[in-house]
Amino acid sequence: MIPNILSIQSLCCGYPKFQLSDIKIDIPKGSFAGIIGPNGSGKTTLFRAITGTLSILSGKILLNEQNLRKLSPRLRAQNIAIVSQFIEAGDMSVEDYVLMGRIPYHSRFSFFEGEEDFEIAQKYMEMTDTWRFKDRLMSELSGGEQQLAAIARALTQQPQLLLLDEPTSHLDITHQVHILNVLQQLNQEMGLSVLMVIHDLNLASEYCDQLILVNQGKIHTQGTPEEVLTFQHIEDVYKTVVVTQSNPLSGKPAVFLASRKVLKEIRDKLANTQ
Amino acid sequence: MQKKYLQWIVYLSGLMVLLVASVILSLSVGEMNLGFMDIFKILREGNTSMEYTIVSQIRLPRVLLGIAVGGSLSLSGILLQGVYRNPLVEPYTLGISGGASLGVAFAIVFGLHQLIGSFILPASGFIGAFLIIFVVYTISSRTGRINIQSMLLTGVMVSFISSSSMMLLMAITSSENLHGIIFWIMGSLDEPDMSLIYITMVMAIASLVASYFFVQPLNALRLGEEKAKHLGINTDTTIKLLFLLASLLAGVCVAVAGVIGFVGLIIPHLMRLLVGSDYRILLVSSFLSGSIFLVLSDIIARTIISPNELPIGVITGIVGGIVFLIMMSRSTVRSLKTNG
Repeated sequence: MIPNILSIQSLCCGYPKFQLSDIKIDIPKGSFAGIIGPNGSGKTTLFRAITGTLSILSGKILLNEQNLRKLSPRLRAQNIAIVSQFIEAGDMSVEDYVLMGRIPYHSRFSFFEGEEDFEIAQKYMEMTDTWRFKDRLMSELSGGEQQLAAIARALTQQPQLLLLDEPTSHLDITHQVHILNVLQQLNQEMGLSVLMVIHDLNLASEYCDQLILVNQGKIHTQGTPEEVLTFQHIEDVYKTVVVTQSNPLSGKPAVFLASRKVLKEIRDKLANTQ
Repeated sequence: MQKKYLQWIVYLSGLMVLLVASVILSLSVGEMNLGFMDIFKILREGNTSMEYTIVSQIRLPRVLLGIAVGGSLSLSGILLQGVYRNPLVEPYTLGISGGASLGVAFAIVFGLHQLIGSFILPASGFIGAFLIIFVVYTISSRTGRINIQSMLLTGVMVSFISSSSMMLLMAITSSENLHGIIFWIMGSLDEPDMSLIYITMVMAIASLVASYFFVQPLNALRLGEEKAKHLGINTDTTIKLLFLLASLLAGVCVAVAGVIGFVGLIIPHLMRLLVGSDYRILLVSSFLSGSIFLVLSDIIARTIISPNELPIGVITGIVGGIVFLIMMSRSTVRSLKTNG
């Protein structure tokens, strides 16, 4: 059996008026997992609990069998890298931004990056195709390029687990697919475990091998895309009429929906035939 | 070596040369002008000539205090801007100058300087500044975690309260005391007590060294507090310690030299435009350029209406403000050109 990189046990966390309760998740090493769910379901709250920005009320989060709370911030940053939804780094060059990923490895007094730091940064910048604009300012990049630079920065931390908060929101399909392909390649070639919050159910189905469907502060279902993305689960959680079919190219479940007008026409047609 | 590091060496050497030049200029210019080369001779010979007395007893203490206070105020400004991630924050926004002024006004109005001795003025200035720092810090860290925005608001509010209280003291006191308070508030590098100058100098250099303990956290904070945490930085401790360091630094400066405005706001901005936003170069270059700026401002303040002297705060405000506006409009034009 593959050991778990991340194991969440009976976790309760949240804010005075919104809490997640009884969350149990096991993510085996080398997984490509996705957290899905409607707006306000608790995806980001869960994400923030795992990243350590939100304190937990009860339960445990284990990273490689070790309690995450007991790890020092530095050690945690060497093991988990996080790509947030919004990137603020306007006035620094892409290379300087990516080199920030080496901070968890520096002692307080190492003021200058060593050769090794530059080599590691270059390696991941080439892998994410950001090396070609390394001297440009972050503020001059497009949304997709910024996202890639953020992933390069996270990889420069050389983590075992990469957490991403909606890495494909605000991007067109070219960039969505490009970023997810890069992540998939890292997952398969380097064995990097990936956990991401993602809105797009079809992208989640295509790329993730494990999905966690969150609703109203609880886990509704978790498992493979085939187990999670059934029309009953989606209609239950999203309150939307959908049809699920296999994607003819990949065989993974794909979710289709229709406008209210179309649904009405279908209903009328059905009523007429009866 | 990386191009970036070479650039930093160039900036640092340039600033060092400028600092040495402004020190020599300041030692030679005044009511009695001395040649640049003569300064070395006068200092080396160390005799009892009038020139030696002017240079070593009058001009040198001012230059040393200018270096220490200018560097400290500028360093304090850059540290606070880094912590608050707000370019409008300066040591005085947080009520530090208000507190120090209130302390001094209190001492003057109640005649403490006549009762105890003149050293009570800087002492009460420092106590006033320290009390304000304590109040702001306690209010904004009540929950155990510092809330940066509420800290800023608390600082601004406390600043209002202390400046209004000072006006109250000024309204009810005699005109002689009022003159004393105003004279002190306007700031001056004229400090007769050499030991105070040495203390300020040592503290300034020690703080510059100490600030380099926080250079990585400061750089990480450029990405925001949450992302700095993700990079393994203990942001709460960093913010608390840097706030205390920057405030005490400003508190000592105000206590010794009065309220010298604008240095803590303008110099960090100018340096950001010039050397970039990496704190590894920004901290030391802000310190050096703050020193240069104050030494040069002092030359203007004591020569422009010689033999009388203008308050140095007036010069830093006017000259600094104009230079800053020119730099800003230039960089705006440049960024418009590159974007358009």
